[in-house]
Amino acid sequence: MSNPTDPRQLLGADPHTGNRKIDPVTGYDTTGHDWGGITELNTAFPKVVIWALVLTFLYSVIAWILLPAWPTGRDYTRGLLGLNQGEEAVSDFRDLSEVRQDWLSRFEGENFVALQSDATLMATAMPAAARLFADNCAACHGTNGQGGPGFPVLSDETWLWGDDTEEIATTIRHGINTEDPDTRYAEMPAFDWMERSDRLALAEFVSEMPGGAVDFESSVGTVFAENCSSCHGSTGAGGLEIGAPSLTDEAVIYGQNPGTVMQTLRRGRHGVMPAWNGRLSEAEINLLALYVARLGQPAGGGQ
Amino acid sequence: MPPTGLLSRSRRSDPMLKLHYNLEKISMGLVAAIIVAASIGGIVEIAPLFTIDETVEMPDDLRPYTPLELAGREIYIREGCYACHSQMVRSLADELDRYGPYSLAAESAYDHPMLWGSKRTGPDLARLGGKYSDDWHVAHLIDPRSVVPASIMPSYPWLTDPLDTGLLSDSLATLARLGVPYDEDMIAAAEADALAQSRPDSDAMDGFLERYGERPAARVFDGDPSRLTEMDALVAYLQSLGTLTDAPYRTLAEGNQ
Repeated sequence: MSNPTDPRQLLGADPHTGNRKIDPVTGYDTTGHDWGGITELNTAFPKVVIWALVLTFLYSVIAWILLPAWPTGRDYTRGLLGLNQGEEAVSDFRDLSEVRQDWLSRFEGENFVALQSDATLMATAMPAAARLFADNCAACHGTNGQGGPGFPVLSDETWLWGDDTEEIATTIRHGINTEDPDTRYAEMPAFDWMERSDRLALAEFVSEMPGGAVDFESSVGTVFAENCSSCHGSTGAGGLEIGAPSLTDEAVIYGQNPGTVMQTLRRGRHGVMPAWNGRLSEAEINLLALYVARLGQPAGGGQ
Repeated sequence: MPPTGLLSRSRRSDPMLKLHYNLEKISMGLVAAIIVAASIGGIVEIAPLFTIDETVEMPDDLRPYTPLELAGREIYIREGCYACHSQMVRSLADELDRYGPYSLAAESAYDHPMLWGSKRTGPDLARLGGKYSDDWHVAHLIDPRSVVPASIMPSYPWLTDPLDTGLLSDSLATLARLGVPYDEDMIAAAEADALAQSRPDSDAMDGFLERYGERPAARVFDGDPSRLTEMDALVAYLQSLGTLTDAPYRTLAEGNQ
């Protein structure tokens, strides 16, 4: 076996080429290849990497035993720990819900006066309500309930369906113009059948209503009485709580300049408030209703 | 000079490394060994998919997308919405709290390709259907900052362009070959059904109801009944997300008992 004349058997020699050229800087031997004076170090594979590989293989064997791992036809090996991510998530979610259940469950009833007078409860509940509002309501109604074109302002004192917290809860629960069987229903019909000149006059008339300088005895006043008053009230003040807004106050949803009113008359309006029944729990809906009611109170009750 | 050759000696004493060292010199042998090593990884990933029909429970109430929703899905992919929005609620308690029940594999059974995603620059959309009104979606897609001032989402004003329904029948036919339950009537009437879903008062609605039932929402999604636009399709698709089956809600309710 040992042959002292075989260069491949010599100390430090390449086992195949017998090359013994040592790199003077690193002290490693080289592969023996020479590219115009450039040689290649024959650095050994680092031991630490080999150990890291061995450890990962070991871990995978342990994981196969403890955790769900191998598919077996219609099933899979469950592992000794019997972990199931879905079950774990649901049980963690239940724990999470139980933490707030002791105060949130009080919102399952609708005794809003009693709830609101409990200052300690409000101190816990309102920050949680603010999170719920930000997650679900703010996209349309704005982060502070300031509304936007087509999306009603919640932070003022004007309410389409009344300012009772119960009414607000009903709106949140069943929505407006949704597929929920108990939904509120409100539609501004299109008046595209009306003569354009009448519509123009009516738009001008309606845009001046907040100022109060309108004459209901005029011809356009008659057009208003015949077509608009049954929903908006004979003076346009609304307040019938059927979803038709007052036209005499400063509050607007879509705008009350002649241009927007023309658009409203031509196409109608059919705004939708989604029903949150099912997506939010009963207690969460009541909590939000109280939060929204406080948004509308002066002195920033929503804090 | 130190006995630097120790390194090569240790290599010679390790049989695995010696095998590798020798293998590197036989090119075809090395190719064969690479194929063997790589196919182990492949088998581990691919083999379980052969039993997927048995391992994924298909809910009875799972419905396929309507042609209009499918067209919206194509637009969703075209505009790259998936790059910022995932469609997969993870099985973590805080995700359940924010979005609703975690996503099931069966929910995406008719998705080709699936759009689960893992990167969320915007929120997850798996449970979006019914959360906001159509008007909000239209306003938000045309100019996100008109409704959400802090939004960094790009504007998509060109979605008011007319919808090209010419390829819808072919799309349905392709998906039918992949196992999505579209029948021949559905494939033939795809264009008419896309129009009917956004014109619920039209005569074509009877055919749509016959083929797809009452469950898909049918209304003028973009607010303009005179035109069928890409906005109609995309909003119809967004409003369908998470509503194709109630299975995840049942799974959560069962787990909660």
